[in-house]
Amino acid sequence: MAFLTDRKRAAGMGSAKSGTMHHWHMMVSSVGLLILTPLFIFTFGYALGLPYDEAAAYYARPFPAIVGILTMLVGWFHFKGGVQTLIEDYVQGLARKALIIGTICLSYAAAAAGVFAIVRIAL
Amino acid sequence: MVQLTLPKNSRMTTGKTWPRPEGANNLRKVQIYRFNPDDGKNPSLDTYFVDMDTCGPMVLDVLIKIKNEIDPTLTFRRSCREGICGSCAMNIDGINTLACIYGMDEIKGDIKIYPLPHMPVVKDLIPDLTHFYAQHASIMPWLETKTNRPAKEWKQSIEDRKKLDGLYECVMCASCSTSCPSYWWNGDRYLGPAALLHAYRWIIDSRDEATGERLDDLEDPFKLYRCHTIMNCAKTCPKGLNPAAAISHIKKMMVERTV
Repeated sequence: MAFLTDRKRAAGMGSAKSGTMHHWHMMVSSVGLLILTPLFIFTFGYALGLPYDEAAAYYARPFPAIVGILTMLVGWFHFKGGVQTLIEDYVQGLARKALIIGTICLSYAAAAAGVFAIVRIAL
Repeated sequence: MVQLTLPKNSRMTTGKTWPRPEGANNLRKVQIYRFNPDDGKNPSLDTYFVDMDTCGPMVLDVLIKIKNEIDPTLTFRRSCREGICGSCAMNIDGINTLACIYGMDEIKGDIKIYPLPHMPVVKDLIPDLTHFYAQHASIMPWLETKTNRPAKEWKQSIEDRKKLDGLYECVMCASCSTSCPSYWWNGDRYLGPAALLHAYRWIIDSRDEATGERLDDLEDPFKLYRCHTIMNCAKTCPKGLNPAAAISHIKKMMVERTV
């Protein structure tokens, strides 16, 4: 038991002086995804089910390849921020930090894998 | 990890059913959360029957009638009886609201009354609002000025005064904060809708000279950015205010001064 005053408990460690850029990045990436997601569904949907050679030829064109790469990058960046917020909401202590680190690793790895796959097909 | 189940000593049990009043034709069944920290028992749900022909129209009238005529140990806060003091906030029929301005005719069937959710309970319908009030105090709910005090008054235009409408009416009943899931899970660090609405009320006040300091104090992933625009606060506010809109205005100002 700690004999803290109510005011000290409410103030905690004060303001972290951060959070706005995270909020801004989430807003910008969500607007980006609003544009990219339909384009990705349209381009990926077209290639889905095509024979490998035709799909590879389609993804060798700049528009579907760029849309795919941007969707991977922006999507996983947005995922990273969103899941971090989720973890901060529900998990505390060391588990919070471990899960956030895990999410960051997963997001960058998945984005890199996605980009690599598209580049490999495209080139 | 957040606590998804009630602690053992908070789990509800079936309480006492009080006898029906004799000769009454217009009875309504009212179930009320009871908890007494002194008896060491778990909280229970007591059942009362109230004759509505001899009772006022509001939920608070029913509670006062029960306390006066049936069970004097029933404990709840009340004062103004007209929605100004915010004392009688409780969870009625699943909604956080003020018992004094919530009509019995707005509720269909049996009535269930609980204290404001996710707060420590002092007794029966009285939640412990100590931390809630301390959070309100932490946002400096007063006019902060650096300029020397004017001879007569701090002037404010009619347009600037209008910006405070929808903000100054808050009576600090805590209905909004205790309806917010973010406040449930992170109430120790997240300021909650009520404190943030008051913070915005002073940020937007044209006479206040501490806008930057106020925004500095709020710029925090937990104090401010736990608001996910769930909108429970706006839905439940018994005064019809919109704390979520106020919070979103604060976020806009944060972006405005950063980007």
